[in-house]
Amino acid sequence: MHIPDGYLGPATCGVFYAVMLPLWVAASRIVKKRLTARQVPLLAIGAAFSFVIMMFNVPIPGGSTGHAVGGVLVAILLGPWAAMIAITVALVIQAFLFGDGGITAIGANCFNMAVVLPFVGYYIYKLISGNSAINSSQRVVAAFIAGYIGINVAALLAGVEFGLQPYLCHTAQGQALYCPYGLKVAVPAMAGEHLLIFGWVEAIVTALVVKYLQKQSPEYLSADRQDLGQEVP
Amino acid sequence: MKITTKLWIALGVLILLSPLGLILPDHFKAGSAWGEWGSDEMQKLVGYIPQGLEKLGALWNAPLPDYAFKGWEEKGLTHLSFAYIVSGILGVALCALVIWVIGKVLVKRNE
Repeated sequence: MHIPDGYLGPATCGVFYAVMLPLWVAASRIVKKRLTARQVPLLAIGAAFSFVIMMFNVPIPGGSTGHAVGGVLVAILLGPWAAMIAITVALVIQAFLFGDGGITAIGANCFNMAVVLPFVGYYIYKLISGNSAINSSQRVVAAFIAGYIGINVAALLAGVEFGLQPYLCHTAQGQALYCPYGLKVAVPAMAGEHLLIFGWVEAIVTALVVKYLQKQSPEYLSADRQDLGQEVP
Repeated sequence: MKITTKLWIALGVLILLSPLGLILPDHFKAGSAWGEWGSDEMQKLVGYIPQGLEKLGALWNAPLPDYAFKGWEEKGLTHLSFAYIVSGILGVALCALVIWVIGKVLVKRNE
Protein backbone atom coordinates (compact mmCIF):
# COMPACT_ATOMS: atom_id res chain seq x y z
CA MET A 1 0.00 0.00 0.00
CA HIS A 2 3.08 2.24 -0.14
CA ILE A 3 2.39 4.43 -3.17
CA PRO A 4 5.78 5.12 -4.82
CA ASP A 5 6.93 8.36 -6.45
CA GLY A 6 5.49 8.80 -9.92
CA TYR A 7 2.20 6.97 -9.44
CA LEU A 8 0.28 10.02 -8.22
CA GLY A 9 0.25 13.30 -10.12
CA PRO A 10 1.54 16.51 -8.51
CA ALA A 11 -1.97 17.80 -7.77
CA THR A 12 -2.97 14.65 -5.88
CA CYS A 13 0.30 14.68 -3.94
CA GLY A 14 -0.23 18.36 -3.09
CA VAL A 15 -3.80 17.81 -1.92
CA PHE A 16 -2.76 15.06 0.47
CA TYR A 17 0.15 17.05 1.90
CA ALA A 18 -2.31 19.93 2.40
CA VAL A 19 -4.75 17.60 4.16
CA MET A 20 -2.04 16.05 6.34
CA LEU A 21 -0.46 19.28 7.55
CA PRO A 22 -3.33 20.37 9.83
CA LEU A 23 -3.82 16.75 10.92
CA TRP A 24 -0.17 16.45 12.00
CA VAL A 25 -0.48 19.75 13.88
CA ALA A 26 -3.70 18.57 15.57
CA ALA A 27 -2.10 15.24 16.48
CA SER A 28 0.88 16.88 18.16
CA ARG A 29 -1.40 19.28 20.08
CA ILE A 30 -3.69 16.50 21.27
CA VAL A 31 -0.91 14.09 22.15
CA LYS A 32 1.03 16.85 23.91
CA LYS A 33 -1.83 17.33 26.37
CA ARG A 34 -1.56 13.82 27.73
CA LEU A 35 1.86 12.49 26.84
CA THR A 36 4.01 11.80 29.86
CA ALA A 37 7.68 10.85 29.80
CA ARG A 38 6.72 7.32 30.86
CA GLN A 39 4.61 6.82 27.76
CA VAL A 40 7.28 7.82 25.25
CA PRO A 41 8.86 4.32 25.15
CA LEU A 42 5.46 2.84 24.32
CA LEU A 43 5.04 5.32 21.48
CA ALA A 44 8.50 4.37 20.22
CA ILE A 45 7.57 0.68 20.38
CA GLY A 46 4.41 1.51 18.44
CA ALA A 47 6.36 3.18 15.62
CA ALA A 48 8.99 0.43 15.59
CA PHE A 49 6.34 -2.31 15.59
CA SER A 50 4.55 -0.74 12.63
CA PHE A 51 7.88 -0.42 10.80
CA VAL A 52 8.85 -4.06 11.36
CA ILE A 53 5.44 -5.60 10.69
CA MET A 54 5.40 -3.88 7.28
CA MET A 55 8.60 -5.77 6.37
CA PHE A 56 6.70 -9.05 6.49
CA ASN A 57 5.58 -9.25 2.89
CA VAL A 58 2.90 -11.87 2.50
CA PRO A 59 2.83 -13.47 -0.95
CA ILE A 60 -0.14 -14.24 -3.13
CA PRO A 61 1.39 -17.25 -4.94
CA GLY A 62 2.31 -16.21 -8.46
CA GLY A 63 0.84 -12.77 -7.84
CA SER A 64 1.63 -9.73 -5.78
CA THR A 65 2.64 -9.22 -2.18
CA GLY A 66 1.22 -7.16 0.66
CA HIS A 67 1.56 -6.76 4.39
CA ALA A 68 -0.11 -5.71 7.61
CA VAL A 69 0.44 -2.21 8.97
CA GLY A 70 -0.07 -2.83 12.68
CA GLY A 71 -1.71 0.57 12.91
CA VAL A 72 -5.00 -0.59 14.37
CA LEU A 73 -3.16 -2.21 17.25
CA VAL A 74 -1.17 0.96 17.93
CA ALA A 75 -4.43 2.94 17.88
CA ILE A 76 -6.12 0.54 20.33
CA LEU A 77 -3.20 0.85 22.75
CA LEU A 78 -2.29 4.53 22.43
CA GLY A 79 -5.28 6.17 20.80
CA PRO A 80 -5.63 7.12 17.13
CA TRP A 81 -3.86 10.49 17.38
CA ALA A 82 -0.75 8.95 18.90
CA ALA A 83 -0.99 6.16 16.32
CA MET A 84 -1.00 8.81 13.62
CA ILE A 85 2.32 10.15 14.91
CA ALA A 86 3.88 6.69 15.34
CA ILE A 87 2.89 5.44 11.88
CA THR A 88 3.88 8.72 10.22
CA VAL A 89 7.37 8.34 11.68
CA ALA A 90 7.61 4.77 10.34
CA LEU A 91 6.34 5.79 6.88
CA VAL A 92 8.70 8.77 6.58
CA ILE A 93 11.71 6.62 7.51
CA GLN A 94 10.60 3.96 5.02
CA ALA A 95 10.29 6.52 2.25
CA PHE A 96 13.56 8.40 2.78
CA LEU A 97 15.87 5.61 3.85
CA PHE A 98 14.46 2.56 2.07
CA GLY A 99 12.57 4.00 -0.89
CA ASP A 100 9.45 2.19 0.30
CA GLY A 101 6.70 4.64 -0.62
CA GLY A 102 7.44 7.84 -2.48
CA ILE A 103 8.62 11.16 -1.05
CA THR A 104 5.94 12.95 -3.06
CA ALA A 105 3.36 10.42 -1.85
CA ILE A 106 4.10 10.76 1.87
CA GLY A 107 0.96 12.85 2.29
CA ALA A 108 -1.23 10.26 0.59
CA ASN A 109 0.42 7.27 2.24
CA CYS A 110 0.12 8.90 5.66
CA PHE A 111 -3.51 9.72 5.03
CA ASN A 112 -4.28 6.10 4.14
CA MET A 113 -2.13 4.26 6.66
CA ALA A 114 -1.54 6.76 9.49
CA VAL A 115 -4.97 8.43 9.58
CA VAL A 116 -7.76 6.40 8.02
CA LEU A 117 -6.46 3.00 9.11
CA PRO A 118 -5.95 3.78 12.83
CA PHE A 119 -9.05 5.96 13.18
CA VAL A 120 -11.42 3.52 11.48
CA GLY A 121 -9.88 0.63 13.42
CA TYR A 122 -9.96 2.48 16.72
CA TYR A 123 -13.63 3.42 16.59
CA ILE A 124 -14.71 0.01 15.40
CA TYR A 125 -12.80 -1.52 18.31
CA LYS A 126 -14.48 0.90 20.73
CA LEU A 127 -17.89 0.21 19.23
CA ILE A 128 -17.64 -3.57 19.39
CA SER A 129 -15.82 -3.86 22.71
CA GLY A 130 -18.32 -1.49 24.35
CA ASN A 131 -18.35 -1.91 28.11
CA SER A 132 -17.05 -5.46 28.06
CA ALA A 133 -14.54 -6.55 30.66
CA ILE A 134 -10.87 -5.90 29.88
CA ASN A 135 -10.15 -9.63 29.68
CA SER A 136 -13.29 -10.56 27.72
CA SER A 137 -13.07 -12.40 24.43
CA GLN A 138 -15.39 -9.74 23.05
CA ARG A 139 -12.37 -7.44 22.99
CA VAL A 140 -10.29 -9.95 21.04
CA VAL A 141 -13.10 -10.24 18.49
CA ALA A 142 -13.38 -6.45 18.41
CA ALA A 143 -9.63 -6.15 17.72
CA PHE A 144 -9.88 -8.76 14.95
CA ILE A 145 -12.75 -7.03 13.17
CA ALA A 146 -11.22 -3.58 13.71
CA GLY A 147 -7.92 -4.71 12.16
CA TYR A 148 -9.68 -6.24 9.17
CA ILE A 149 -11.91 -3.27 8.43
CA GLY A 150 -9.26 -0.63 9.20
CA ILE A 151 -6.74 -1.92 6.70
CA ASN A 152 -9.40 -2.60 4.08
CA VAL A 153 -10.78 0.93 4.15
CA ALA A 154 -7.20 2.21 3.79
CA ALA A 155 -6.54 -0.14 0.86
CA LEU A 156 -9.77 0.89 -0.86
CA LEU A 157 -8.71 4.51 -0.53
CA ALA A 158 -5.27 3.77 -1.99
CA GLY A 159 -7.03 2.04 -4.89
CA VAL A 160 -9.15 5.13 -5.51
CA GLU A 161 -6.07 7.38 -5.40
CA PHE A 162 -4.26 5.15 -7.91
CA GLY A 163 -7.36 4.79 -10.06
CA LEU A 164 -8.11 8.50 -10.39
CA GLN A 165 -4.73 9.25 -11.99
CA PRO A 166 -5.44 8.27 -15.62
CA TYR A 167 -8.46 10.59 -15.61
CA LEU A 168 -6.56 13.44 -13.97
CA CYS A 169 -3.28 13.36 -15.91
CA HIS A 170 -2.81 12.12 -19.44
CA THR A 171 -1.17 13.19 -22.68
CA ALA A 172 -3.13 14.57 -25.63
CA GLN A 173 -3.10 11.04 -27.05
CA GLY A 174 -4.68 9.70 -23.90
CA GLN A 175 -1.58 7.98 -22.53
CA ALA A 176 -1.47 8.12 -18.74
CA LEU A 177 1.24 10.29 -17.18
CA TYR A 178 1.23 8.58 -13.79
CA CYS A 179 -0.57 5.44 -12.59
CA PRO A 180 -1.87 3.95 -15.85
CA TYR A 181 -4.70 1.94 -14.29
CA GLY A 182 -8.11 3.50 -13.82
CA LEU A 183 -10.63 2.95 -11.06
CA LYS A 184 -12.05 -0.19 -12.66
CA VAL A 185 -8.70 -1.96 -12.31
CA ALA A 186 -7.04 -0.25 -9.33
CA VAL A 187 -9.95 -0.44 -6.89
CA PRO A 188 -10.77 -4.14 -7.34
CA ALA A 189 -7.03 -4.97 -7.24
CA MET A 190 -6.23 -3.05 -4.07
CA ALA A 191 -9.50 -3.78 -2.28
CA GLY A 192 -9.66 -7.37 -3.46
CA GLU A 193 -6.23 -8.50 -2.34
CA HIS A 194 -6.70 -6.89 1.07
CA LEU A 195 -10.18 -8.32 1.52
CA LEU A 196 -8.95 -11.78 0.56
CA ILE A 197 -5.48 -11.99 2.09
CA PHE A 198 -3.72 -9.05 3.72
CA GLY A 199 -6.73 -7.88 5.75
CA TRP A 200 -6.72 -11.17 7.65
CA VAL A 201 -3.06 -10.69 8.54
CA GLU A 202 -3.81 -7.30 10.13
CA ALA A 203 -6.83 -8.85 11.89
CA ILE A 204 -4.84 -11.77 13.32
CA VAL A 205 -1.88 -9.62 14.43
CA THR A 206 -4.21 -7.13 16.15
CA ALA A 207 -6.27 -9.82 17.89
CA LEU A 208 -3.25 -11.89 19.01
CA VAL A 209 -1.45 -8.97 20.63
CA VAL A 210 -4.63 -7.79 22.36
CA LYS A 211 -5.11 -11.31 23.69
CA TYR A 212 -1.50 -11.42 24.89
CA LEU A 213 -1.83 -8.05 26.65
CA GLN A 214 -5.06 -9.15 28.34
CA LYS A 215 -3.01 -11.80 30.12
CA GLN A 216 0.29 -9.98 30.57
CA SER A 217 -0.55 -6.32 31.03
CA PRO A 218 -4.30 -5.70 31.08
CA GLU A 219 -3.71 -2.14 32.30
CA TYR A 220 -2.68 -1.23 28.75
CA LEU A 221 -6.17 -2.07 27.57
CA SER A 222 -8.09 -0.34 30.34
CA ALA A 223 -10.34 2.52 29.35
CA ASP A 224 -8.13 5.56 28.90
CA ARG A 225 -5.05 4.96 30.97
CA GLN A 226 -2.63 4.77 28.08
CA ASP A 227 -4.82 6.53 25.60
CA LEU A 228 -2.98 9.63 24.51
CA GLY A 229 -6.13 11.44 23.56
CA GLN A 230 -8.88 10.18 21.32
CA GLU A 231 -11.21 13.12 21.25
CA VAL A 232 -10.88 16.43 19.53
CA PRO A 233 -10.89 18.91 22.44
CA MET B 1 10.42 -8.06 33.63
CA LYS B 2 8.73 -4.84 32.56
CA ILE B 3 6.23 -5.21 29.75
CA THR B 4 8.10 -2.63 27.62
CA THR B 5 11.27 -4.74 27.95
CA LYS B 6 9.29 -7.79 26.81
CA LEU B 7 7.90 -5.86 23.85
CA TRP B 8 11.40 -4.69 22.80
CA ILE B 9 12.56 -8.31 22.92
CA ALA B 10 9.55 -9.33 20.83
CA LEU B 11 10.50 -6.64 18.31
CA GLY B 12 14.04 -8.03 18.18
CA VAL B 13 12.67 -11.48 17.43
CA LEU B 14 10.46 -10.01 14.71
CA ILE B 15 13.49 -8.33 13.13
CA LEU B 16 15.35 -11.65 13.08
CA LEU B 17 12.31 -13.31 11.47
CA SER B 18 11.75 -10.47 8.99
CA PRO B 19 13.63 -12.17 6.10
CA LEU B 20 10.54 -14.39 5.91
CA GLY B 21 8.98 -11.35 4.24
CA LEU B 22 11.60 -11.81 1.53
CA ILE B 23 11.92 -15.58 1.36
CA LEU B 24 8.21 -16.48 1.27
CA PRO B 25 7.35 -14.17 -1.66
CA ASP B 26 10.40 -15.55 -3.49
CA HIS B 27 9.36 -19.13 -2.80
CA PHE B 28 5.80 -18.56 -3.99
CA LYS B 29 6.97 -16.55 -6.99
CA ALA B 30 5.09 -13.46 -5.91
CA GLY B 31 6.18 -10.21 -7.50
CA SER B 32 5.91 -6.59 -6.44
CA ALA B 33 3.01 -5.19 -4.45
CA TRP B 34 0.23 -3.83 -6.65
CA GLY B 35 1.17 -0.35 -7.83
CA GLU B 36 4.80 -0.64 -6.73
CA TRP B 37 6.34 -1.81 -9.99
CA GLY B 38 9.72 -0.78 -11.37
CA SER B 39 10.08 0.60 -14.91
CA ASP B 40 10.77 -2.81 -16.47
CA GLU B 41 7.65 -4.32 -14.97
CA MET B 42 5.61 -1.30 -15.99
CA GLN B 43 6.85 -1.64 -19.57
CA LYS B 44 5.76 -5.27 -19.57
CA LEU B 45 2.40 -4.62 -17.95
CA VAL B 46 1.08 -1.69 -19.97
CA GLY B 47 3.51 -1.52 -22.91
CA TYR B 48 4.92 1.90 -22.06
CA ILE B 49 6.33 3.84 -19.13
CA PRO B 50 4.12 6.81 -18.29
CA GLN B 51 6.20 9.97 -18.82
CA GLY B 52 5.40 11.58 -15.49
CA LEU B 53 6.03 8.35 -13.66
CA GLU B 54 9.47 8.04 -15.18
CA LYS B 55 10.35 11.58 -14.18
CA LEU B 56 8.92 11.59 -10.64
CA GLY B 57 10.04 8.03 -10.01
CA ALA B 58 13.68 9.10 -10.31
CA LEU B 59 13.21 11.92 -7.82
CA TRP B 60 14.69 10.21 -4.82
CA ASN B 61 17.55 7.76 -4.51
CA ALA B 62 17.09 5.97 -1.21
CA PRO B 63 20.36 4.92 0.46
CA LEU B 64 19.02 1.40 1.15
CA PRO B 65 16.52 0.77 -1.64
CA ASP B 66 14.07 -2.05 -0.85
CA TYR B 67 15.86 -2.74 2.43
CA ALA B 68 19.00 -3.90 0.61
CA PHE B 69 22.49 -2.56 0.08
CA LYS B 70 23.16 -0.92 -3.26
CA GLY B 71 24.90 -3.30 -5.64
CA TRP B 72 23.56 -6.35 -3.81
CA GLU B 73 20.48 -6.71 -6.03
CA GLU B 74 21.90 -9.76 -7.81
CA LYS B 75 23.17 -11.50 -4.70
CA GLY B 76 21.39 -14.48 -3.27
CA LEU B 77 18.68 -14.65 -0.66
CA THR B 78 21.19 -15.18 2.15
CA HIS B 79 22.89 -11.86 1.46
CA LEU B 80 19.57 -10.12 0.96
CA SER B 81 18.25 -11.59 4.20
CA PHE B 82 21.27 -10.22 6.03
CA ALA B 83 20.72 -6.78 4.51
CA TYR B 84 17.03 -7.05 5.42
CA ILE B 85 17.86 -7.68 9.08
CA VAL B 86 20.36 -4.81 9.15
CA SER B 87 17.67 -2.61 7.58
CA GLY B 88 15.22 -3.75 10.24
CA ILE B 89 17.63 -2.88 13.05
CA LEU B 90 18.36 0.52 11.47
CA GLY B 91 14.69 1.25 10.90
CA VAL B 92 13.66 0.33 14.42
CA ALA B 93 16.53 2.32 15.93
CA LEU B 94 15.58 5.36 13.85
CA CYS B 95 11.90 5.04 14.79
CA ALA B 96 12.87 4.98 18.45
CA LEU B 97 15.25 7.92 18.03
CA VAL B 98 12.74 10.10 16.18
CA ILE B 99 9.97 9.33 18.69
CA TRP B 100 12.40 10.08 21.53
CA VAL B 101 13.09 13.50 19.97
CA ILE B 102 9.35 14.09 19.44
CA GLY B 103 8.82 13.06 23.07
CA LYS B 104 11.41 15.64 24.20
CA VAL B 105 9.50 18.32 22.34
CA LEU B 106 5.98 17.25 23.32
CA VAL B 107 6.31 16.16 26.94
CA LYS B 108 5.74 19.06 29.26
CA ARG B 109 8.73 19.64 31.46
CA ASN B 110 6.84 20.44 34.61
CA GLU B 111 5.32 16.97 34.89
